[in-house]
Parts: sequence; C-alpha cells; structure tokens
Amino acid sequence: MTNIVEVSNLTKRYDGGFEALSSVDLSIEQGEIIALLGPNGAGKTTLISTICGITRSTSGEVKIGGHDNVTDFRAARALVGLVPQEINLEPFEKVINTVKFSRGLFGKAPNDAYLEKILRSLSLWDKKDSKVMMLSGGMKRRVLIAKALAHEPRILFLDEPTAGVDVELRKDMWDVVAKLKEDGVTIILTTHYIEEAEAIADRIGIIAKGEILLVEDKDHLMKRMGKKSLKVELAEPATEIPEELADYNLSLDAGNLVYTYDTTTDRTGITSLLGDLQKAGFRMTDLQTQQSSLEEIFVSLVADKEGVA
Amino acid sequence: MNFQAVKSIYIFEMARFFRTLMQSFISPVISTSLYFVVFGTAIGSRIQEVEGVGYGAFIVPGLIMLSVMTQATSNASFGIYFPKFIGTIYELLSAPVSFLEITIGYVGAAATKAMFIGLVILGTSFLFVDITIQHPIAMFAFLTLTCLSFSLLGFIIGIWAGNFEQLQLIPLLIITPLVFLGGSFYSVSMLPPVWQTITMFNPVVYLISGFRWSFFGTADVPIGLSLFAIALFTALCVGVIAWIFKTGWRIRQ
Repeated sequence: MTNIVEVSNLTKRYDGGFEALSSVDLSIEQGEIIALLGPNGAGKTTLISTICGITRSTSGEVKIGGHDNVTDFRAARALVGLVPQEINLEPFEKVINTVKFSRGLFGKAPNDAYLEKILRSLSLWDKKDSKVMMLSGGMKRRVLIAKALAHEPRILFLDEPTAGVDVELRKDMWDVVAKLKEDGVTIILTTHYIEEAEAIADRIGIIAKGEILLVEDKDHLMKRMGKKSLKVELAEPATEIPEELADYNLSLDAGNLVYTYDTTTDRTGITSLLGDLQKAGFRMTDLQTQQSSLEEIFVSLVADKEGVA
Repeated sequence: MNFQAVKSIYIFEMARFFRTLMQSFISPVISTSLYFVVFGTAIGSRIQEVEGVGYGAFIVPGLIMLSVMTQATSNASFGIYFPKFIGTIYELLSAPVSFLEITIGYVGAAATKAMFIGLVILGTSFLFVDITIQHPIAMFAFLTLTCLSFSLLGFIIGIWAGNFEQLQLIPLLIITPLVFLGGSFYSVSMLPPVWQTITMFNPVVYLISGFRWSFFGTADVPIGLSLFAIALFTALCVGVIAWIFKTGWRIRQ
C-alpha cells in the first residue's frame, strides 16, 4: 500500500498560544477509509484544516500524493475534496450553480454529465434548481458533499459528516462513502459516533488533546484492546464469589458470575473455570459471552490521556 | 495560472449582480436623475458656465466618478466579506488557487459591475444635457482604471472588515467625503488659494480632473499627473493585497 497522505511532525499553535496539534504523525493509505475519533476540541478539525490548507502549520510537513501542501499546493490541493463540519453555503444561489462553482474553482473544465451523476447519487438532482436556503439541513449537507466531489477528488475529507443528521440520511451517506471507496477514493472522516467508525472504517485513529493516541486496523484494534467477558448464569444465585474460585478474575452480577478474560492470550482459562465450577457443585443454566465495543475502548483510552494531562 | 477558477469566481460573483439587476440598475438612474434635477436644473440655471462648459454638463464626469467609486468599493468589499461571513471561504482557501486568481476573479467582477453602473449614468445624463466626449478612449481608460483601483481598495476593506458596520465605515467616512470634496461638482480653481493647496492632497481630485479632461479637454491638474496618481493608487492596492495573502492576514490562521 502506498501512502497518499503523509503528515509528519505537524504542530499547530494558534496565535493565542493554544497548541491544537502537537507533533502529529499520520500516514493514510491509498483507497482506505480512516476514521478519526476524538472528543470535542481534540484537534480533529484543526488537523483536517491544516492538511487542506485552510490553516497554516506552525511546524512539520504534509504531503498529499507526494506533493508538499505548501510549496506545491496546487498539485496537492487538486487531489483533495473537503466537506466541512459547518454548513457553509451561499444561501441565495441555486444548488447546481454552487456545484459548478466548486468544480471550476479546482480548475476543472465544465462537465454537466459528471455533475448530474454526483447530484443523482446524492438524491439532489430534483433540487438542482432550488436555492440553497430552501433546502432542509440534511439536504444542505448533501450539497456540501456534492461540492466536495465536483472536481473528482482522489481524497475526500469528511469533517463530522453525519452530525445532526437523521438515521436514514446517515445510512445513505455511509452508502455514498462505500461507493466512493469502490471507485478508489481515499476517505478520511472525523466523527463523534463510534458506531459510524465501527460500521464503515478500515482503520481508526484516536485523537485527544492534539495528539494521535493510536492508529490501527479496526478489527485488529478491537481484538487487541477487546476484553471479553463470560457470564455464567447459575441455577441458584450466588451471594459471594466462592472461595475455591478466588484465583479467577470473577465478579458478581445479580447473582451470576462474570468472568473477564483476554482473548489475545493462548489460554483463556474458560475450560478450567467451567471444570472448577462443576467440581464446586454449581449448576449452570446459561452462558453468554460479550466483547467490549469500540466505544469502551475509546472512552478508556481518552480517559487515560486526560487523566495523565 | 488556474484560469478556470478565475472564470468561476467571476461568473459566480456576476450572478449575484444579475439576481439584483433591478436594484443595481434603478438606483443609479434615480439618484443621477435627482442630481440633475437639483444641481443641473434648479441650481445650475443660476450658475454661470464653468471653464466654458454648462454646469449641467460639467457635473456629469463627477457624478459618474462618485457612483463608480462608491459602487466599486462596496461591491468588491461585500464580494469577499460575504464568503468570510457565511463561511464559504473555506473553499477558496482549500482550492488550488493563488491570491492572484482570487483577486482577479473578485476584483474583476466588482469592477465590471461598477463599469456597468458608470455607463448607465452616462447614458442617463444624455437625457438631461448635451455632452460631447472629446477623448472617448481616454474616457474609457480612466473609467476602467478607476473601477479597477477602487475595487482593489474595496477588496482590501472586505478582507479587513470584521463586521458589517466596518464594511460600511470606510466608504461612508472616507470615500464619499473625498469624492464630494474632490471637485465632483465644482472646479478646483473656484476655491480660495488655501483650499486649492489643501485639495491637492486629495487623491480623488486627480481622478476626477483626468476624467473631466477626457470629456471637455480642460483639467485642474495636468493629465499626466492624473494618470500617474491613479497608477500609483492601483499599485499601492495591489501591494497591500499581495502582502495580505502572503501573511494570511485576517484570512488564514
């Protein structure tokens, strides 16, 4: 895999002295979907803005498709489409005209057939002659995406694309993103919704306080970080953890025993636990296993970071 | 050079103008007609000829300049301030365009609008007074340069302005007085000597004088000096804009 975006040692300090990004390194592979997760004020938008050229970096380097985003900004920016977090649109202009404007701004010759395709894929074609101000919030967000795609970018940045969007539209957007990935577009999205990252991302980056805490393959991350628990339902509820089972990592949950174990070790200890339970004379009625979600992983990582700082 | 981008910005900005065509067209026509009724007919009939030209005709170049300068400034300042205000500037900043393309697009559109209004006023004035334009090419050159340079000034104001009040402030407090006191409605030679000297520090005098020369062949200051003044003013504005984009002042954090 080649890296289409290469961020090295990127620091951004605003005039007030606030350091929004501290020596960030990030490599984005061609054709992947990477989700950047982080709490409010973590630096997600600053990172995207700095890569796209809206804010200047204090130090460090960004290369897009091998082009430096400052010294060779034309080649670098031509590859990138950006969907901003805020709905920033010219209210009095028609949808089709704002999309044409975006295409031209990126130096592309008019191509009505392509724009029609984009608008149709976003269910905006009926609205092409409507003024932007007449559209609903969700529709406006689609217009932002259409504008970002108007110049056929190879990399698409989506800054919280589904914030304040209803469930149906969110699913539609995921479909659009999946379709773009099929076409080979690299997608970087920031989100608050962990389920969104879980649903569509190939890799996940977690960012907090201007630092990237980790970037990992989603499945690998969930496997590595994921603790599993085994819930043993008992015929006769237990009031305390039996002495003979004190060596196991057990806890009580409404009279049932919960065993937490690590999936990455060779021996999970399940077999011996079940054997010992039987020996101790417990009658089991049911077994349930549960894997911790990305949300729990995320919360624990960010809490660690914020606790340290 | 991203010509496609220049064209896109220009077309997008002109669309704003055409959306409000009636306002753009009617307001200069009405205000010019009012000036002619008040200054040209009511007061002008009691004023002798100025430098051999009837007063009604004499004020035509000044009237055009007054409108062109204020329109160019306000169009250009609004054109770039509005994207800042509504946030669409993100697109300009993340697009593969340099300051040159952004400036040419916005200033070009603002100058075109001002030019259009200037010509509408000129057309209207033919309804009221007899005028012959002695140096039509020079007239167009002065008109174009004035539209361009004041659009550049407006562009700077639009970038500088932090709110709508500031956007109105400079045109209202500086440009309108300078134009009124710059000989729009009188010849500088009609002033007492002290005021003549003070007036020479008003840059607008040189523009109006040059423009009037292209109509009537008479001027308050030599035509070469007028050309030099407008060239200097344009260069100054271009310099400031280049600095703004180089440093990202008020645009790029």
